[in-house]
Amino acid sequence: MTSIPAPAGTPVHLGERPAAARRKPRRFTPGRLLLGLLTWLIILLFFFPVAWMALTGFKQEKDAATTPPRVVFTPTLSQYSSAFDKGVSYLVNSVFTTVVSTLIVLLLALPAAYALSIAPVRNWRDSLFFFISTKMLPVAGAIIPLYIIAKNLHVLDHRVTLVVLYTSLNLPIAVWMLRSFLLEIPVDIFEAARVDGASLLRQLRSVVLPLISPGAAATALICFIFAWNEFFLAVNLTTTTAATVPVYLVSFQTGEGQFWAHLCAGATLACLPVLIAGWAAQDKLVRGLSMGAVK
Amino acid sequence: MTTTAAPPIRARRQRSRRAVTNPRDRARYAIRRYPLLPALIFTIVVTQLPFVVTIWYSLQRYNLYHPDRNGFAWFHNYAVIFEDSTFREALLNTVVLTAVPVLLSLLLGLLIAILLDRKVFGRTLLRTLIISPFLVMPAAASLVWKFTMLDPVFGMLNWVLTPFGVHHVDWINTHPKATIITVLTWQWTPFMVLILLAGLQSQSHDILEAAALDGAGTVRIFRYFTLPHLRQYMELGIVLGTIYLVQAFDAIFMITSGGPGVTTTNIPYYLYEVAFRSFDIGRASAMGVVVVVLTIAISTAALRTVFRLFSDEGMSGR
Repeated sequence: MTSIPAPAGTPVHLGERPAAARRKPRRFTPGRLLLGLLTWLIILLFFFPVAWMALTGFKQEKDAATTPPRVVFTPTLSQYSSAFDKGVSYLVNSVFTTVVSTLIVLLLALPAAYALSIAPVRNWRDSLFFFISTKMLPVAGAIIPLYIIAKNLHVLDHRVTLVVLYTSLNLPIAVWMLRSFLLEIPVDIFEAARVDGASLLRQLRSVVLPLISPGAAATALICFIFAWNEFFLAVNLTTTTAATVPVYLVSFQTGEGQFWAHLCAGATLACLPVLIAGWAAQDKLVRGLSMGAVK
Repeated sequence: MTTTAAPPIRARRQRSRRAVTNPRDRARYAIRRYPLLPALIFTIVVTQLPFVVTIWYSLQRYNLYHPDRNGFAWFHNYAVIFEDSTFREALLNTVVLTAVPVLLSLLLGLLIAILLDRKVFGRTLLRTLIISPFLVMPAAASLVWKFTMLDPVFGMLNWVLTPFGVHHVDWINTHPKATIITVLTWQWTPFMVLILLAGLQSQSHDILEAAALDGAGTVRIFRYFTLPHLRQYMELGIVLGTIYLVQAFDAIFMITSGGPGVTTTNIPYYLYEVAFRSFDIGRASAMGVVVVVLTIAISTAALRTVFRLFSDEGMSGR
């Protein structure tokens, strides 16, 4: 397996691998067990608030805020169903803005990434920097003109406004990610396609698209997560008609009386789509976040 | 123009730099711009135009409560800002509430990534669990932390710490910065875990085995092989984490509302307050301009790091 020559004087075992490579560590040494337990402990601690949130959604209000906290109780679905009834319109708005903005992002970012990687323009570095620099400017710095422009164009509280803004928020990251995925494609494939006489469009369709689809899926997942969870613009630019799920949660901010179970049910429903998508497509998530560094 | 061997992309680009003399080449390279244009134009329109409008408003006395007083005020707003102690404090808070969570989540993320890089029992399940804080909606998580975890009477944290003599501590009001830092670190550690785990798993195991066979201990291997390899992954984590954490708003809005006083007011929250509570558009615009200028100044250093991430080979490790 390794090609390190044995030091002089070591007895040579013909046909055998060096002893170190042959010896397998025992599975259950105390050190390994302890480290394994430590891993589980730390990760369960991190996961605990999420689990508690989902669990509390099944409680009746009298069981939700107690000391000591109750793990055994009579469960009910009434909190989740009432939270869902109240939140449906918000859910619909969130789905619309997230899906549409992600589609537009992919539509714009894929050609742009192509123009910055495979068939690069002359000033590709400047263009890439420009995209990233727009992410470095806090949205808070632009919220006033955005609000006033939206007000004057009569698009306050419209889903289109959010779609456009979410697209601009996710576009730089998408361009960056897709570019790094495109760079992984071996150049030979394009040369082969060109030698075969395929036109540029044909090249793109039958060669690039199948190879980029896992990377595009990873990018879409990241855009979906950030658009769904976006709070600042949604809170400031919508009120009722176009309000998304994060805005629904604002009503719980200063709660009075018993509301913890209802809050947790609403919060869990708000998180559910992204949680499921992220759990199901974990590998894509990792690829996306590490910019395609992991195959 | 085909060649017998496939040239690497860098050689192609260098060749292109010299060859743009005749009209045919120039036309060919002009065409390359077309796929870039839609994204570029869209970004310019949606991000740069509002900024120009911000500058315009920053030069005016423009308050929605007092429309009769509107008019040009040139640099009056800027003078007001620089004398505003709250603005200075918000700047300081932004630095603290960004740097501490980024560094803490990087360290915690490294620890957890190292633990997960081994053959742990139930590794896939562990990875599923650990990414959850990052997937959960920050606004929702902030509410859950505020009430079920940190409530003085019924909160989980106080109950867990009761055997240690802690009674009914009002975490949010007595330790506001620590609260926000905890929530932000909790949210962003999974992000760092994923990036650093990708880095750990992309190490060349042959080299590590060779080092071990040569007699290097675990700590030495980590210090001289793993850490240098992880460096670009850590840089990526820091750059992306900073970009997002500088704009942290959800937790502050939901948990502390910037307080008590202004202890947890950062720049985004302060801008929100000035614009949407006092409706002083002129002053808020001027603050926005100052923030943008400061960010550009700071991110010039950050961009040099990003430069290195933009090597032609991406991050595939060459």
